[in-house]
Amino acid sequence: MKTLILKTASGYLLPVLLLFSVFILLRGHYLPGGGFVGGLVASIAFVLHAFANGLENTKNLLRIHPGFLMPFGLAIAFISGLAPMFLYDLPFLTGIWFDEPLPVIGMVGSALFFDTGVFLVVIGVTLTIIFTISESA
Amino acid sequence: MINSILLYPLLFHFFVAIVALFFWRDTRIQRVISVAGSIIALFLSILLFREVWYNGIITMQSGNWKAPFGITMVADTLSATLVLLTNILGVAIAIYSSTSIISERAKFGYFPIFHLLLMGLTGAFITGDIFNLYVWFEVIIISSFVLLTIGGEKPQIEGAVKYFTLNILASVIFLTAIAVLYGLTGTLNMADLRLKIALVENQSLVDIAALIFFIGFGIKSAVFPLYFWLPASYHTPPAAVSAIFGGLLTKVGVYAMIRVFTLLFERSEFLDNLLILVAVLTILSGALGALIQNNIQKLFSYLIICHIGFMIAGLAMNTTVAFTGTVFYMIHDIVVKANLFLVGGFIYRLKGSYSMRQLGGLYQSHPKLSLLLLIPLFSLVGIPPLSGFWPKISLITAGLTTENYLLIAFIIFGSFVTLLVIAKLWSEVFWKESEPISFKANFKSFHSMKKKEQFSLVFAIALLAFVSLYIGFGAEHIQNLSSRIATELTTPQLYLDAVLKTK
Repeated sequence: MKTLILKTASGYLLPVLLLFSVFILLRGHYLPGGGFVGGLVASIAFVLHAFANGLENTKNLLRIHPGFLMPFGLAIAFISGLAPMFLYDLPFLTGIWFDEPLPVIGMVGSALFFDTGVFLVVIGVTLTIIFTISESA
Repeated sequence: MINSILLYPLLFHFFVAIVALFFWRDTRIQRVISVAGSIIALFLSILLFREVWYNGIITMQSGNWKAPFGITMVADTLSATLVLLTNILGVAIAIYSSTSIISERAKFGYFPIFHLLLMGLTGAFITGDIFNLYVWFEVIIISSFVLLTIGGEKPQIEGAVKYFTLNILASVIFLTAIAVLYGLTGTLNMADLRLKIALVENQSLVDIAALIFFIGFGIKSAVFPLYFWLPASYHTPPAAVSAIFGGLLTKVGVYAMIRVFTLLFERSEFLDNLLILVAVLTILSGALGALIQNNIQKLFSYLIICHIGFMIAGLAMNTTVAFTGTVFYMIHDIVVKANLFLVGGFIYRLKGSYSMRQLGGLYQSHPKLSLLLLIPLFSLVGIPPLSGFWPKISLITAGLTTENYLLIAFIIFGSFVTLLVIAKLWSEVFWKESEPISFKANFKSFHSMKKKEQFSLVFAIALLAFVSLYIGFGAEHIQNLSSRIATELTTPQLYLDAVLKTK
């Protein structure tokens, strides 16, 4: 699909969609959203870019292979589960929270890091699948 | 801190999988990580077993949500024993696959997925929440599906399709059963379910839920009318993968069945009769299937089905002695079945074939190795004092006290057919004059391997053979362990107290 309109639009949509995905990630604890949906939105941004500009250009934009996000995401989620165990002697995956809310983001706890891990894994998995399929097609 | 020990083996496998994922491209490092990780995980599970053995049931509320609401992880003696066995197999198979899995397969993520599978198995054994059990089953299915298809040979894909279709169907049925139970009781915690199920007015709906559970777990553990996926798929992947499948995957189904039918549901006469019938037919069909096989891996697959029948038989009789037999048989079977598939793969590396007609003369060419391979083969048959013999005493004793003469007859029948099949295998593969077999191109035969690689294959088999010998010669310890587990199974109050902290 080499149309000028889509190509121009995707250049603007990419940062907007990525920003939106982070917004969804952050509001996810009490409101609908979270790492999984956020990750999907973020991968849609890249898929749209790949549709408009070709797979090669998107890969150059990403620099690393999206598959590398998987172990990073898993590691972040894993550490956020371990933290209460080793820091406070609480059971695995217990939520631990900072006392004061951070500006803009709000209350930050271990659940946010868990969700960030999910976010990265979802981007990694989705993009790996889509890139592999479109390469072999 | 003491409660966290429950999760260490599980978390450690996850950790190893993540570390192995970071070295995606370098399969050599992955092999080292996998072997080292499995050994450390074995130590952690020994610690867990020790803790449970001396101090009783350990529980942990994940996320610090109290018992009926959060997900509870429970290690009673049965769970701790099975986690320990999983990790013993983990070590042996990691060592075996470090040599036998070629880089073309390993670079598609064999080792990370292998550890995720071990994590799934460990999780299924220690969870105390029925929905969480379903989640671990999914982890197991997905990882086993990847392991089954890595390599992408045509028979592998064919086997994988059958495997996946029936197992996903089993999961859906299992999920339906959970939904029915949740609709009736409004809880998912297994200890809480036991208390609530007794209060349900519509007991016939509870019986139906029990039957749906039985069908779901029946497919997973390959009992009589639902076993066809197993012999169609287990011989297709590399031997190391078949070994972990044959050793543990069907036993997870049996474990789930034991858990559900001792803890959750009161036994009815209908259910007992159904279990007896299924056990008898499973033994019969597995035994008859094994008699006509020529491919050794396929033969072992049918023997798995046959011996699942023994465990169901023990479960059907529903006495402490029968449970002792079931648990002892399970402990013996996990080790020996995994080892048999490793032996099959080893024979393939030696001679380049799985076909009994083509193989031969192994005893003449490798007398010492043949003696090693003899241990798992004859432990399976249960020639006294090897490990398969002891659990049958408990099973038959239980059969006599509960007057289930049909089950006794079929247990004896199953044992004789196993003896016959193994004797046939021994005479065909080890004694018969060998025909010259030409290896495929690029075939990595045992003789073309380096000394270190040869050692790792033999070491893996010897390790499991040693465990089998221990189960046989140290039968007193295993019998004590099994009867303690059986006592815990027949008095669920211990489990309830530990989970719900009613005391």
